[in-house]
Amino acid sequence: MSVNLTLLLVMGVLYAVGIYLLLERSLTRVLLGLMLLANATNLLLLTTGGYAGLAPIFNKDIPSTEYNDPLPQAFILTSIVISFAVTAFMLSLIYRSWLLSHADQIQVDREDIRVAKQDLYDDEEDSEIAVEVSDFHENTHPVAKRETIPGIGYKKIAQVPIAGPVIQVDPESPVPHDDHDQPNKTDKPGKE
Amino acid sequence: MNIASFAPLAVVLPFLGAAVAFVLIKRPKAQRRVSLGTITVTLGLEVWLLASVWTTGPIAVHLGGWAPPFGIVMVVDQFSSLLLVISSAVCLAVLAYATGQGAADSEEGGPVSVFHPTFLILVAGVSNAFLAGDLFNLYVGFEILLTASYVLMTLGGTGSRIRAGITYVVVSVVSSLLFLIAIAMIYGATGTVTLADLAIKLGELDPGTQGLLHVLLLVAFGIKAAVFPLSFWLPDSYPTAPAPVTAVFAGLLTKVGVYAIIRTETLLFPSGQFNSVLLVVALLTMIVGILGAVAQTDIKRMLSFTLVSHIGYMIFGVALSSVLGLAATIFYVIHHITIQTSLFMVTGLIERRGGTSSITRLGGLAKLSPILAVLYFIPAMNLAGIPPFSGFLGKLGLLQAGVADGSPLAYALVVGGVVASLLTLLVMARVWNRVFWRSTADAEDPDPVLLATAPDASGAQSMRALRTSKHVDATEGRFSGDNEVPILPKMMVYSTMGLVLLGVAMTVFAGPLFELSQEAAAGMLERTPYIEAVLGSGAGAP
Repeated sequence: MSVNLTLLLVMGVLYAVGIYLLLERSLTRVLLGLMLLANATNLLLLTTGGYAGLAPIFNKDIPSTEYNDPLPQAFILTSIVISFAVTAFMLSLIYRSWLLSHADQIQVDREDIRVAKQDLYDDEEDSEIAVEVSDFHENTHPVAKRETIPGIGYKKIAQVPIAGPVIQVDPESPVPHDDHDQPNKTDKPGKE
Repeated sequence: MNIASFAPLAVVLPFLGAAVAFVLIKRPKAQRRVSLGTITVTLGLEVWLLASVWTTGPIAVHLGGWAPPFGIVMVVDQFSSLLLVISSAVCLAVLAYATGQGAADSEEGGPVSVFHPTFLILVAGVSNAFLAGDLFNLYVGFEILLTASYVLMTLGGTGSRIRAGITYVVVSVVSSLLFLIAIAMIYGATGTVTLADLAIKLGELDPGTQGLLHVLLLVAFGIKAAVFPLSFWLPDSYPTAPAPVTAVFAGLLTKVGVYAIIRTETLLFPSGQFNSVLLVVALLTMIVGILGAVAQTDIKRMLSFTLVSHIGYMIFGVALSSVLGLAATIFYVIHHITIQTSLFMVTGLIERRGGTSSITRLGGLAKLSPILAVLYFIPAMNLAGIPPFSGFLGKLGLLQAGVADGSPLAYALVVGGVVASLLTLLVMARVWNRVFWRSTADAEDPDPVLLATAPDASGAQSMRALRTSKHVDATEGRFSGDNEVPILPKMMVYSTMGLVLLGVAMTVFAGPLFELSQEAAAGMLERTPYIEAVLGSGAGAP
């Protein structure tokens, strides 16, 4: 099977430009990229049909190799119809997005960002905090504080020493955990 | 005139129903009846098809009477008919659920009357993809269901849905283009797109070309099935859609991709040259998916990540390319369609009752609404693979197939499968503990309506009052409509219950189902029954 070099070159350029546009953040460019990619694929389908031949209307005097292969063209028709529908739908989405946010850009997912920013681990209920929330101390100890962001949820603020009377924690007092396992624990602010 | 001549009706009926539903767009009640009736009839037809191929094996129907390799073929075999029945059953439940929600939300009927026809077109696309006997018809089936899904995904056109919808559309279009490129190249290499014909002709190509075509198809289907490196789009887009839409997407759409991968691996490229790649990808899908789920606090997003993770199990079974592995995959696919859909439906109900789907704001639902607790608990344990549920049986089959395979990679997957299963249990139990077990006041940021109606506030009286929204509008202001809108409409609860019961039934009838899966798997790996059904006897000889 031999192929048409011009078609191949055009197809290559369309793919390259299409992929470039698809990687943009602007929605209109993304749409243009998709359209170019769809057209490049249509050209690819066309080239699989081989040489341009006679119209495939059966005539018993003409040998079968003279005809064009009609099947790829049927594929292309289907694909054109589909990409037409998708383009129309995408345009309406972009218009709607413009109406809502006045930005022709792909928006970020807030929930995704919230999950990405959350702590690597949650404090266990029986670790460290057990000392700090005991009844023997006033609540002057630096405990992890939470700040509520409306509509998003919590953000944990790092442990910051609070100015004021620092209560000395008696090293002999019964602590539910032995400190040998956690050498960093002595670095805790408020336990100077 | 055999039974399979009726197979195209599984595609045509929903289309006709969609047309009628479009005409009835101003008459919501009639529209609802038409769409529910259409799916019920389609389901009946498909059950009949399944019953008739249960013992006979694949049957092909040549549309328009064209001779085998030239015309459009539809093939009904045990695998496709089983998937058809399950998908229609799930669609029926989801449609009833959506009808209940629509009827509950406004007096006029559904919030958006375009929902019913679009949903029927989605059903037609799914049926077409399952029945397609040639690659291009499979592509058309995909496009029908995708185009319908674009509309369903962005119903209402709110900001978050548009944002997620754009990503979803772009990713889907790119995967479809890859599929189309693969079709073009396959046609250029072999001169045919009929699956049965390709099964013979692809084997005659040189290995390099085969590898290229194989990878192209796998990437295109991998995006649709949300296999790990290509799964990024799913947890982003699914949770924003309306509850019934997310439910049906999660249950069906990725499984259509898995179905296409299974057909590619068994029928088109039986050599299994990428099996080890698929095994690695399956392992990564399981682990990365479930780790994503652990990080989430929103139930819908968490479920989307578990969905990705459990796709890994299916790819695992396919990549083993043994009868046991494939049979377990088939069983797992139908189990997972039912369970994942019911979990999303329950989440929709939780959202209705609690006002949110974030586990930091929910609490005490076990007391407020015991029925929801039961409806959540059964599929959750089923998904996590607790014996004796079907999730356990499917996973057991996969692990057995992995051990039977015996290679180090297969053992790594067995371990990965167990770890992913345990983490699924962790995630499910965390939702259970937070949303259902603890009291409402213990929530980090309790929902005000939930707090106001907690049983200790004013006893059982307030629980009874919360059956409709009209009674709670006085002080709290969250449900303050003039209409009396039921918070948990009967139709929604019953349809969810029906699907949960279907999941339980799958456990009860796991024996015959697994036998059928095994027969289907054996036939698919042997390939000749399928090829002979399409091309006539004698064609399948290797």
